[in-house]
Amino acid sequence: MNIDYQKKIQPRSAKERSLDIIFYWAAKVFAIAIAVVLVMITILVALRAFPAIREFGLGFLTTSSWNPVRSQYGILPAIYGTIASSFIALLISVPIGLGTAIFLSEDYFPPAIQRTIVFLVELLAAVPSVVYGLWGIFVLIPFLKEITPLRGPGMLPAALILSVMILPTIAAISRDAIINVPSGLRQAAVGLGATRWEAILKIVLPAASSGIIGGIMLALGRALGETMAVTMLIGNANKVDFSVFAPSNTVSSLLANQFAEASGLQVAALMYAALILFAITLAVNVLAQLLVTRLQKI
Amino acid sequence: MTLEYYSNNQSNIEFDPASLKKNLSSFRTLFGLFMSGVAGLFTFMAIVPLFIILSYLLSKGISSLRLQVFSELPPPPLVEGGGFGNAIIGTVLMVGIGALISVPIGVMAAIYLSEFSEGKLADWIRFATNVLSGVPSIIIGVFAYIAVVLTTRTYSAWAGGFALAILMLPIIVRTTDEALKLVPQEVRQASIGVGANNYQTVLQVVLPAAIPAIITGVTLAVARAAGETAPLLFTALFTQFWPNWGNKLVEPTASLAVLVYNFAIVPFQNQQELAWAAAFILVVLVLLTSIISRIATQARTY
Repeated sequence: MNIDYQKKIQPRSAKERSLDIIFYWAAKVFAIAIAVVLVMITILVALRAFPAIREFGLGFLTTSSWNPVRSQYGILPAIYGTIASSFIALLISVPIGLGTAIFLSEDYFPPAIQRTIVFLVELLAAVPSVVYGLWGIFVLIPFLKEITPLRGPGMLPAALILSVMILPTIAAISRDAIINVPSGLRQAAVGLGATRWEAILKIVLPAASSGIIGGIMLALGRALGETMAVTMLIGNANKVDFSVFAPSNTVSSLLANQFAEASGLQVAALMYAALILFAITLAVNVLAQLLVTRLQKI
Repeated sequence: MTLEYYSNNQSNIEFDPASLKKNLSSFRTLFGLFMSGVAGLFTFMAIVPLFIILSYLLSKGISSLRLQVFSELPPPPLVEGGGFGNAIIGTVLMVGIGALISVPIGVMAAIYLSEFSEGKLADWIRFATNVLSGVPSIIIGVFAYIAVVLTTRTYSAWAGGFALAILMLPIIVRTTDEALKLVPQEVRQASIGVGANNYQTVLQVVLPAAIPAIITGVTLAVARAAGETAPLLFTALFTQFWPNWGNKLVEPTASLAVLVYNFAIVPFQNQQELAWAAAFILVVLVLLTSIISRIATQARTY
């Protein structure tokens, strides 16, 4: 009887073994392809930007003329607008996002209601950027014109919309970080007589800080690269103006506005701008990822 | 003796049990109440914009929504009526191309990450996936422009679909990776135990168990891609016309998202109403898929 089974149990056929190896390598190649895409983006954009890099060097970052007729290009206003709009957006959404994260990680509401609110905050991230822009043009800007010196598109509406768009990132990742703090830490604090908010401010938040900072960095990366809503609201004026009511420009809106009609050295200049934006967001994202993954290992 | 010690000790400290009660007027209590109020207010402020935006979309979108918007072409300035039938077709085509490229690659990559990964390589690829999802969508558009538009020398639905594929890839990899990780290890051991190969285990046992969660991830990616505008601006461009099927999609192609952008920034009322209608359709699509996928994943336990 045993002999019968032994006859049936045979080594795998060559075909089966090769299928197995092919499947393994196909999976591996596709996985590596994801990393290759990142490298390809860097190389291709850098190659196309090369004529502009050679022509303008680092002065590209510090001059503010954008003149296709005389072939003079500099993106100082766009860099200023990108950083200023992201910074203002963070000023608004960090406290609100962090407050939301704390509120939704405590037991103020029963779990079902809490889950619903968490989901509603997540939905904010699902609304397409162009819809935020549309709403900003027809509702937010007319409203702001009534109550502020704003006269049309400008830095303020763009930054406000940006703050709404990045809020879910801050709230969701901070909440994850807070929930992941070992409950023993909080119990020890409460056992020593701390109130709820003493435990939160002195124990839980410091323990969750690397995840929270990572979430804020991710939000910053999103704000720096956000295109459509900002392009529709910021006014696309290529000058540095420190007033929040003045129109401004960002690197991404420069690309969105000019790319389709550009030619010659202007394309190279736009590629250079894209390369700079890519480098900045890449640095911010890598830092954020390192902070968030360090949190997961705790 | 212990009892005596206890009572002695108590009298020495002069402990008043009433001091354990919460003092409602102390700074600590008031501070806690104040902070709870602030956090609650901030949470309220966080979800208010969603309802404001949704209510405007609902009122303006539905009033602009007529049956003919699905069947007619975008009107030129100052012409009444019209619709965005070609943009709906364009969006479906390009998101379809994006899904056809990104789903096989993404699912296979996730299979590698969760089933075969060993050592540092998988960590690096997960890291690259996260970083790729943070790359601004306009940069993806620039990349697709260089890789496809400059190579083929024309704007096309293929270029737009390629850009959307890169945007969808990280979402699909991440959700599939998580879905595969949720399948219990015993299932794999059982499969190996009855003599299955690696690919048999993955394709016939692990993947079917994870398929609902994977479909959820793909649907979410599709919904996100449908709303993406920036990567289509200079890859698919826009057109006022129906697709010419003889060109095999190698021609500028309209999309709902780019239509919203183009019609929002022109001063014509008819166009603006069409922009609201298109935005309404996009948001309904995204919200419905988000809610359905939420319900689907909640019911899921292994």
